[in-house]
Amino acid sequence: MTAVTSTSASTPIAANRATRGPGWIRRAIAQLFVGLILVLLVLAVIYPLLWMVFSSFKNNSELFANPWSLPGELRWGNFERAWNAGVVRFFVNSTLVTAASIVTTTLISAWAAYGLVRVNVPFSGPITGLLLGGLMVAPTVALIPLFGLLQRLHVYDSVWALLILYTAFRIPFTTFLIRAYLIDMPREMDEAAYVDGATRTQIFWRLVLPVCRPILVSAALLQALFAWNEFAFALVFISNTENKTLPVGLMDMQSRLLTEWPVQFAGLTMAALPMIILFLIGQRQFLRGLTEGMGK
Amino acid sequence: MASTTTRLRGLVWVVPALALLGIFVYYPIVENIRLSFYSWNAFSPNPVFVGLQNYTDAAADPIFWRSLRNNIAYAVVSLICQVGFSLCLAAVLEEFVHQKLRGVLRVIYFIPAVISITVSGILFSFIYNPQFGLLNRLLGAMGLERFQHAWLGEQKTAIWSIIGMSQWQSIGYTAVLFVVAIQRIPRELYEAAKVDGAGAVRSFFSVTIPMVREMTTLLIILTVSGAFLVFNEVMVMTAGGPSDSSQVLGTWLYRNAFLADNMGYASAIATVIFVLTFAFAILQILVSRRRRVEI
Repeated sequence: MTAVTSTSASTPIAANRATRGPGWIRRAIAQLFVGLILVLLVLAVIYPLLWMVFSSFKNNSELFANPWSLPGELRWGNFERAWNAGVVRFFVNSTLVTAASIVTTTLISAWAAYGLVRVNVPFSGPITGLLLGGLMVAPTVALIPLFGLLQRLHVYDSVWALLILYTAFRIPFTTFLIRAYLIDMPREMDEAAYVDGATRTQIFWRLVLPVCRPILVSAALLQALFAWNEFAFALVFISNTENKTLPVGLMDMQSRLLTEWPVQFAGLTMAALPMIILFLIGQRQFLRGLTEGMGK
Repeated sequence: MASTTTRLRGLVWVVPALALLGIFVYYPIVENIRLSFYSWNAFSPNPVFVGLQNYTDAAADPIFWRSLRNNIAYAVVSLICQVGFSLCLAAVLEEFVHQKLRGVLRVIYFIPAVISITVSGILFSFIYNPQFGLLNRLLGAMGLERFQHAWLGEQKTAIWSIIGMSQWQSIGYTAVLFVVAIQRIPRELYEAAKVDGAGAVRSFFSVTIPMVREMTTLLIILTVSGAFLVFNEVMVMTAGGPSDSSQVLGTWLYRNAFLADNMGYASAIATVIFVLTFAFAILQILVSRRRRVEI
């Protein structure tokens, strides 16, 4: 007991303990202190986002005169202007690349993970190492050679380049995620189907994919988050504005809209919203994917 | 013979993944290391072998060192906030907050992590804006006018402002991971500590910290290697300026490769980044392997 008071005598909690005040007072003061910090933190997190939304309804004079206040009226015109100034195009590109890369990444990864865990693949040890080893490679390091490679493959400056890269660079993580899930699954299930005469391919499509649905959903959500927000590849490998995705397109808009701040805010709001909504709907799957991905 | 072909047919399962990885991940890495020994640019078809020239150039380049220093600053601040503070935050959430509210707070703190760095980067460049930005207004309202800055426009404050934005984005993310780790601690340990007369602070140090050690180690490694890969936010907010004061290795690479067309030198910077992050990755594997053996 003495050790406790001496180590933390400077905090209000400990001071209370030293005078042996009733337990509930100590507790109440601690709660109040902690509560205050938590609320401040909530404000620090949420306020910039609210400010973004509020500002996207303002006009410039309102923004400058009173940046803190609510917008005087809901100027939906800002959103329309941002939408027509390019957001619609970037939105479509982002959606296409995100959706397509979810399909390719999860399918190719699940296919590989199933093969490695259940089928007698030759050299499966080294191959697993190679696939998961990709986790250690940072995209930035590959930028320069990829620049030449994509040009030689005639996919430079097209959404195909992004689709290929978003798939290739996410296969290691996604395979890792699905593999961990499959390892924990009872072997009897697919062995029974195998004995009944189903081929491995049939088992994969009809049994494994449905059974893995929870982890596939997590993998898909994390892929969506990655593809929707990816910046470096999109910056380097796309040059035509028509082909840009949201993250780079927004930067592009910034230089074109210059001082039309509220319109820029509207663009930001539209770009951020889909992922926030997706996260709020699928938080459980998000978190499972993340924590599984960190290794159990 | 038949059995060999059936066995080889098993490769069908891994060929798509291996091919994509081989061509678009592994080949570029190897090629990058090779290219770092050449002097070349996008217009000269014949790269000239220059040995270690690009690396000695880097060693003599003050902006290379400034970039590295900025990456280190990034790592240090991120460690303090995303490991130190996040761990405290997670512990407080678990210890003091009622279960229902806890779920809500966790979701709120996590939201910045799902926003694209471009969005948060541009948003914060507005918050730092000297004309209508919230930060200067806030300082003004508190009577702290002398601390007002053109945050992204001044050499001394630019990199720190970017680092600050990055903490806003990531603290909730690591805190949630810590919450998961704390929830896996057996409740009996806390009960036992309570019986021994330990208060909340004491049991944080004697139970929570030792029991989440693995997650802490993992996050330390990920945070530090992430700090050496920083690119997006710097690109979006300052592109390395003003006067290269906020360059990091990633943006310095980009500038040399795609704006200055100094490809060989840029490849050398990329190789430096690769070696640094690869070392951290190996460290991470060693840590998680040791953990598996312990369990």
